[in-house]
Amino acid sequence: MIKEETIAAIATAPGEAGIGIVRVSGPEALRKTWPLFKPLKEITEENIIPKHMYYGKVVHPVTEELIDEVMMVYMKGPQSYTREDVVEIQCHGGSLSVRSIMKALLTQGVRSAEPGEFTKRAFLNGRLDLTQAEAVMDLISARTEASHRTALDQLEGHLSRKVRSMREEMLALLAEMEVSIDFSEEEDLEVETYEGLAFKTGRLIEQLEKLIASAKTGKILREGIKTVIVGKPNVGKSSLLNALLRENRAIVTDVPGTTRDAIEEQLNLRGIPMVLMDTAGIRETEDLVEQLGVERSRQLFQKADLVMMMLDASTHVSKEDVEILEMIKDKKTLIIINKTDLTPKLAENELPLWVKRDQLLRLSLLDESGLDSLEEALTSLIFEGEKRAVEKEMVTNLRHQQALETARDSLKEGLVGIEQQLPLDFIQVDYQTAMDSLGEIIGETVREDLVDYIFSHFCIGK
Amino acid sequence: MRYEAGTYDIIVVGAGHAGCEAGLAAARMGKKTLLLTISLDSVALLACNPSIGGTGKGHLVREVDALGGQMGLIIDETFIQSKMLNTAKGPAVHSLRAQADKWDYQQAMKQVLENQENLDLKQAEVVDLVTDDQKVTGVVTRTGGLYRSKAVVLATGVYLKSKVFMGEVNYESGPSGLFPAQFLSEKLANMNIILRRFKTGTPARVDARTVDFSKMERQDGDEVMTPFSFQHETLDIEQIPCWLSRTTAATKEIIEANIHRSAMYSGEIKSTGVRYCPSIEDKVVKFSDKPTHQFFLEPEGKSTTEMYVQGMSTSLPEEVQLIMYRSMLGLENVRIMRPGYAIEYDCIDPTQLQLSLEMKRWENLFCAGQFNGSSGYEEAAAQGLMAGINAVLKTEGKEPFILDRSEAYIGVLIDDLVTKGTNEPYRMMTSRAEYRLVLRQDNADRRLTEKAWALGLASQERYHAMKDKVEKVETELKRLQNTVLPPEGINPLLEEKGTSTVKTGLSLMDALKRPELHYKDLQSVDPNPVEDLPPSVITQCEVQIKYKGYIDKQMKTVEQFRKMEHRMLPRDIDYHLISGLRIEARQKLTQNQPISLGQASRISGVSPADISVLLVYLEQQRRQKEGAEEKGRGE
Repeated sequence: MIKEETIAAIATAPGEAGIGIVRVSGPEALRKTWPLFKPLKEITEENIIPKHMYYGKVVHPVTEELIDEVMMVYMKGPQSYTREDVVEIQCHGGSLSVRSIMKALLTQGVRSAEPGEFTKRAFLNGRLDLTQAEAVMDLISARTEASHRTALDQLEGHLSRKVRSMREEMLALLAEMEVSIDFSEEEDLEVETYEGLAFKTGRLIEQLEKLIASAKTGKILREGIKTVIVGKPNVGKSSLLNALLRENRAIVTDVPGTTRDAIEEQLNLRGIPMVLMDTAGIRETEDLVEQLGVERSRQLFQKADLVMMMLDASTHVSKEDVEILEMIKDKKTLIIINKTDLTPKLAENELPLWVKRDQLLRLSLLDESGLDSLEEALTSLIFEGEKRAVEKEMVTNLRHQQALETARDSLKEGLVGIEQQLPLDFIQVDYQTAMDSLGEIIGETVREDLVDYIFSHFCIGK
Repeated sequence: MRYEAGTYDIIVVGAGHAGCEAGLAAARMGKKTLLLTISLDSVALLACNPSIGGTGKGHLVREVDALGGQMGLIIDETFIQSKMLNTAKGPAVHSLRAQADKWDYQQAMKQVLENQENLDLKQAEVVDLVTDDQKVTGVVTRTGGLYRSKAVVLATGVYLKSKVFMGEVNYESGPSGLFPAQFLSEKLANMNIILRRFKTGTPARVDARTVDFSKMERQDGDEVMTPFSFQHETLDIEQIPCWLSRTTAATKEIIEANIHRSAMYSGEIKSTGVRYCPSIEDKVVKFSDKPTHQFFLEPEGKSTTEMYVQGMSTSLPEEVQLIMYRSMLGLENVRIMRPGYAIEYDCIDPTQLQLSLEMKRWENLFCAGQFNGSSGYEEAAAQGLMAGINAVLKTEGKEPFILDRSEAYIGVLIDDLVTKGTNEPYRMMTSRAEYRLVLRQDNADRRLTEKAWALGLASQERYHAMKDKVEKVETELKRLQNTVLPPEGINPLLEEKGTSTVKTGLSLMDALKRPELHYKDLQSVDPNPVEDLPPSVITQCEVQIKYKGYIDKQMKTVEQFRKMEHRMLPRDIDYHLISGLRIEARQKLTQNQPISLGQASRISGVSPADISVLLVYLEQQRRQKEGAEEKGRGE
């Protein structure tokens, strides 16, 4: 579209792996990679065949130092992911090779790509629609397998298909309204009744509600569930934290481009990303409320999606415990009764009445099986017993969620108009709004402010 | 032989509904104008249905009137029946329609033309256009007269190479036995103007003396008639009834047995007809499960026995027409005075036009009406008015006058034609307008008269009437808001109307928000009712109060729409260099040369994804330019 620089990035995830890929994209992808590549066969920059694998060596273009043995493939635009010329170099896994190749490329005037820049180019060059581009962005910042899967599904267009089919239903409804608006009472036409419209609208609202509900799960998958661990000193908060972190150490990921709060720990629990808040507090004083004071604790609880309240099975419920329990009354809470290996003293009737049985979990953190039951309890609590996490039509994007909500709200307003038997030309306005909102998700409706959204989310510079 | 016949600022070719408005607008804007017609006896001819207005079309007439056009004024003087349609629906789709006295209508329009300063009305067939480079500079008539002008408006209606069909019979003819224009098409084709062939049709006219009205349902006009023109507050005209009846099973059989002889079905006619105004053959074929169809019988005038059989246009052979009409309820002994026919004619692909209705490739050549592929008197008048205005502005070197889709049905009409094009004669419908609640027929004056005033088209009288009305509405709205009645004052009325009572006071405005209450209901409880408030003011107040919520919602979408319309596309943009665009989009954009992103988004073949690409492209261009400027300042 506009004369672009040639960019490069390591395309494979960091960490130990059998293979690493460096991707170069831009008008000079081949020209700038060529000085690094020493093919085994006698091929040149001119007679290289696109989409063929070439075996060879990569050397540093200045020092001539051997970097690695590689496979190289050239994809000529527009038949590539970005629609630009693309070169991919497959080398040995591990960070050393890919990093050295990157460094070598930089000496050729190739710029290191920003996060999501390949996708940005693919989008700008018309290769991806907005939903797909957003899915790729989500993929890049996906924290866990489950959210990774949803992003992939979205890339394949499951959400788009669902939205498209809803839009078609809506279009049929609109058409029926238009017919009765368009023709005067003098023409003998059969038109849809208010009852018929109400029924069809109700069905659409149901479908929208379902998708919006999936957004809740989607948000969890996207952002991680914000969790606070709370309890008296010595109840075992640090052990819980360490057990959770140790168990997940290998899959705690660094998300590029996000600044990590020093006192947050991210972990992955059966595919659900969790963010443990204010873990510093736990480590330092063991007593969050004492350290923070009542007001700040309250604020912290406010922000949390989930509270894990720890109690000691070997002591009675204290006044402080009850105070904390009152504070988190309206929160999604798991009450963990730890130290079941000791002589039990705590009785369930010591707890406030509103505590439900299924919120309670007895375990011993000394015992490996305790952690399993904890994970199970958390999973079912987060998804409220429903296995939504595996649905393909999942909404993970805030923009999509908002558009769905607008569509639902408009249809509900339309339903009110239908109940009052208002003239259809008024009610039609609500249906049109709903239609447009859905259109925004799949890019069928283009609003002028889309450009602001794109520029803020895809970091398109000057 | 050619001779120098005269020099004008503007020449209008054709004095149908488009040509009349174009000629009047140009002359009223002070330009020396020539209006040419193939027959002075067919000025403003209502060649088909003797009626003006209807759903969607009524809005156009109101807008033409608000802009200082003539159609509304003429029909208000010459109608024989008037009816507001769709009153059971919302005020946005209330549509006024009036049956005209066909001869009175023509006569009245001709008189206005004849008395218009700066305007010459002349009978002549235009056979050629005078061009200079890519500019049009005049016309040549069949009798050799060469008229020079700064701009030409083509409003040739259905006359170009027109051909009439009745069954196997067909011959070259204009409508109603008038001469066709045989020569201009070829000249236009030589100018590389893309022509196409459309068709339309009309039913028979029958003799009222041979109709059995006892078998039909009488259709009267409204007791209180609503004028088309904002310059008229009330009307006093004696109305004549129309009649409603149905076809029979026999009608269906006759048509089915003779369908192969219908010119449209025998393959004689290859051109495209109006989907929304189908012939009776079409209706029988397409809705074969419907045993009978309704039809209306409408008088063609006060002093004639000719009646128009609405809903029964046909291209069946004359003898079949007779038995067909005679199979219909009430027409058993009917005598046909003029048979129905289909007519085929040349028109242009309107995507060759700019939004100003000037040709993209031929400067100073403006086009309007059926020549642009539309259908209907009202659509024609609207385009004629706009073409006339823009021809004048062009000669003055001024920016064109363009109404967008959120400003007027006229804007919708022209944008649809020019941007999307049409594959059949284009008819206005309310569903074509996205912002109906804003584009009501009752507020056309408020939307447009100010603009007409600025153009010099609205008279002093018209302008002040509008200002006065706006002020009255504002004052009354304020009064209704400030008049708060105590519960005992308003509750009896609320109870009577079956709506919930109140415990604290209720303003008259809030009372009007309730669907059960109307302005006239308030008279009994209003402590200071305003005397003699014009009905148009009352309507405004009611609509603005009752539907405020919805109108506000629509205004929000209008804002979104305008933002897209105001993202202008630079004239020198090279779409082939924008690699993100699909090939088809590049071609279509290059061909259509849209002026804004909004217009681009309505071109068929340009997808929303292409529009996103353009949006990003424009923004990048803007940022690059800004960056360059900053850099420039820095250095």
